[in-house]
Amino acid sequence: MKRVTLEVNGKKIDKEIPDHTILSVLLRDILNLTGTHIGCDTSQCGACVVHVDGKSIKSCTAFAADLSGSKITTIEGLAKNGKMHPMQEAFKKMHGLQCGFCTPGMVMSAIDLLKNNKNPSDSEIRDWLEGNICRCTGYQNIVAAVKEAASKM
Amino acid sequence: MKTFNYHSAKEVKEASKLASSNSAFLAGGMTTIPSMKLGLATYKDLIDIKGIKKLSGIKASGKTIKIGATTKHVEVAKSKEIKKAIPSLAALAEGIGDPQVRNRGTIGGSIANNDPAADYPSACIALNAIIHTNSRKIDAEKFFKGMFETSLKNGEIIEAIEFEIPQKSNYQKLPNPASRYAVVGVYVAKYKRGVNVAVTGAKSCVYNAKDLAGALSKNFSSSAINNVKITSSGMNSDIHASANYRANMVKTFAQKAVDAC
Repeated sequence: MKRVTLEVNGKKIDKEIPDHTILSVLLRDILNLTGTHIGCDTSQCGACVVHVDGKSIKSCTAFAADLSGSKITTIEGLAKNGKMHPMQEAFKKMHGLQCGFCTPGMVMSAIDLLKNNKNPSDSEIRDWLEGNICRCTGYQNIVAAVKEAASKM
Repeated sequence: MKTFNYHSAKEVKEASKLASSNSAFLAGGMTTIPSMKLGLATYKDLIDIKGIKKLSGIKASGKTIKIGATTKHVEVAKSKEIKKAIPSLAALAEGIGDPQVRNRGTIGGSIANNDPAADYPSACIALNAIIHTNSRKIDAEKFFKGMFETSLKNGEIIEAIEFEIPQKSNYQKLPNPASRYAVVGVYVAKYKRGVNVAVTGAKSCVYNAKDLAGALSKNFSSSAINNVKITSSGMNSDIHASANYRANMVKTFAQKAVDAC
């Protein structure tokens, strides 16, 4: 067992967990933050993307013990005072989702893109979302949503 | 996943001491963790080396660029020093996986794993790299032994990879559209004393294509290798590309790389 201390969505967490606990499992099964989805579970689909110390990573491919001391933001941590994050608003407005399974990862990944590049082109958005797979919308509206968010953020 | 003991080392010596025949060093974990999940690898101990400060960072001198083993792909891709001295190396790092993989994956992890389709091994061969470990210095040509096999011994830790700055260089790859691993990747580097042409993805292990390198050393233009025959024997054949196709791509991408130099 390992003791990990983390800040998740601004809340201090201090837990004893088995050494092999994966971050996505800690978030979903121990902290009940089920907004982070597990798709492929082998770092290909991107449904599980969260931010660790401000950078997007795939939470299915990181040990929680390894991240002790980090600040983690999940999809649940984006809304402030009941108001959606501009990226969430944009996905809603531009119909950037259908079934919604990939959406948390898309949103978290896209926010990291805008941190690195405030005004990305269509191809830069598509390049960045390389590691996020959507099986419904065909990406068109996802790209439109990211552009919409870029104009608002 | 089978359970194991997680250790976080703060010093190289400490990490090396913890190693056993049933352990692995953990850096970004981009291959180690999926392999463990799929049951392809099991360990009793995982020794995290990310907390060892001296293993991370980029140092440029007049002749070489030295990259610490736990330096992440995103750091190599964005490094001003690397972009200036060996722009092809920064571009290679930018083409690995996806942004989340580049935020975690490390150069030392990539070469220690020696995946036959990984990008970095070709950079090591083409750029006359020296692999610095906690016990010795290894020439890249002697480091990569075969499929997923290197000359690293049990408990030996890569500390840094030192690349010789070339006159010109370029890396071109045909990426697998899903994983961005190289179906074929060719790294061309030109030095005063000759040219290197390192090929990844095509065979079971990265290699220096001596016939292409020889022709380009005499005449550094893509037409110089028009008549060099690339045999498909020993080339990988799978659902992504046949051996013949790969043989063809080796020359095509070598020419692309030369033209882009």
